[in-house]
Amino acid sequence: MAMLEVKNLSISFGGLKAVDDFSVTIEKGQLYGLIGPNGAGKTTVFNLLTGVYRPDTGSIFLDAQNITGKRTIEINQEGIARTFQNIRLFKELSVLDNVKAGLHNHYKYSTLEGIFRLPRYYKVEKQMDERAMELLKVFELDGEWDYKASNLPYGKQRKLEIARALATKPKLLLLDEPAAGMNPNETAELMETIRFVRDNFDMTILLIEHDMKLVSGICERLTVLNFGQVLTQGETTEVLNDKRVITAYLGE
Amino acid sequence: MSFLSYLINGISLGSIYAIIALGYTMVYGIARMLNFAHGDIIMVGGFAIFTIVSTLNLPPLLGILVAVVVCTVLGVTIERVAYRPLRGASSLAVLITAIGVSYLLQNVALLIFGSNARQFTSVVTLPNLKLADGALTISSVTIVTIISCIAIMIGLTSFINKTKVGQAMLAVSEDNGAATLMGIDVNRTIAITFAIGSALAAIAGALLCSTYPSLTPYTGSMPGIKAFVAAVFGGIGSIPGALIGGILLGVIENLSKAYISSQLSDAIVFSVLIIVLLVRPTGILGRKINEKV
Repeated sequence: MAMLEVKNLSISFGGLKAVDDFSVTIEKGQLYGLIGPNGAGKTTVFNLLTGVYRPDTGSIFLDAQNITGKRTIEINQEGIARTFQNIRLFKELSVLDNVKAGLHNHYKYSTLEGIFRLPRYYKVEKQMDERAMELLKVFELDGEWDYKASNLPYGKQRKLEIARALATKPKLLLLDEPAAGMNPNETAELMETIRFVRDNFDMTILLIEHDMKLVSGICERLTVLNFGQVLTQGETTEVLNDKRVITAYLGE
Repeated sequence: MSFLSYLINGISLGSIYAIIALGYTMVYGIARMLNFAHGDIIMVGGFAIFTIVSTLNLPPLLGILVAVVVCTVLGVTIERVAYRPLRGASSLAVLITAIGVSYLLQNVALLIFGSNARQFTSVVTLPNLKLADGALTISSVTIVTIISCIAIMIGLTSFINKTKVGQAMLAVSEDNGAATLMGIDVNRTIAITFAIGSALAAIAGALLCSTYPSLTPYTGSMPGIKAFVAAVFGGIGSIPGALIGGILLGVIENLSKAYISSQLSDAIVFSVLIIVLLVRPTGILGRKINEKV
């Protein structure tokens, strides 16, 4: 069974079909790319997958579980985490606390235990700190753990967002334009990071990207969206050489 | 000496405003709404203590405990029943609902307890402090109030910065969409915020009624509005802002009562607010809030 199985997903806003009959199958451990011109509906697909929007029709299966129409928080608990096109870190919180926010669901103590500082509070907080530091170390952010998130350089903020998403223990990681605003060096480093995450966290990754170097460099399969519809999907090299794809991007 | 006495009493009154202002400022920071029923929760706390202490003749400490429980449950219930269904509605709709809840609480109290002012027995039974050969007397309520305020501020700040729920509150206040996507339950976080704010309102009720020992269904209304002013004054959404705003407001109010006019003191308080907002629209410690795109 595939990690993600999306069938005939559609949603309209007003009269506009933003996503129309979208289907995709992503196998466990795959690095999958979702590409398409601006306004093709890529981020809308992400919002449908994470429950921010409810689909008008269609179904979404994550690891054989039907998650169609579930609330965002339930979907996160089922195992989908994401990053954002325009970075949405908790800017006023420290780097460490951002990752700990992602750990929120996996470490439990009651509010009263927190208020009265009962032993379990110290125990669980210590475990959270350790786990968060481990994750930061993986992304070489452990040196900056006490920085305010907004004070990190751009490339590191992107990494922190990925670390925070991984803290929620996802099965599927959605990356929304991870290379946006990066220079070629940062992009190259990011490609390494994404591969590393896939290999070391045993992760399935779906990413939206405009940077064709990144897409052709790391994605194994691609789906191309155009005007909310799937234009084509398949192996990366095949798709990128498809005439229709080139036309969709560049015009006739 | 009398100036010092007015000042200390002002700080004490301001401490009560600050504790109430915390409820406004936390709820605003996290749920982006103004809970105008917050002042009336103080009144409910006052009546809870009154019932336990004066009607049932039980110890004041038990009264405070009961009041805290009653107010916490009430705050969470109000949020669940009146505000949560309006999440995502326009802020005006929520505001009107909050005012409605405020009138509801006042009128239910009116129905149960009547409109006659009740004599409230102070929950603080310690002797007053006499300084400088009796030239300066500081009442024990004043001292307890100021100490409680400091303890609450320290406790709350540490709760928010050092616990998982506190961090979740900060995360939700910054970006509730991203927080949800990271697995933080926004509704639960907001409910906890209401619980804490309302528990603090109960304590504020105990201190307020001990300082001004007369209790009516409208007791919470004016202090509630002034605490709201204090929260805006200090920078709404900011916890140290609530402290600074509350204390300043209390001191200004008490000094203008003493030296200018007791009738005009409220007018002066609100004029100061207007001037502060003209100069610093976000309040003393308020941050500029960027509109989300």
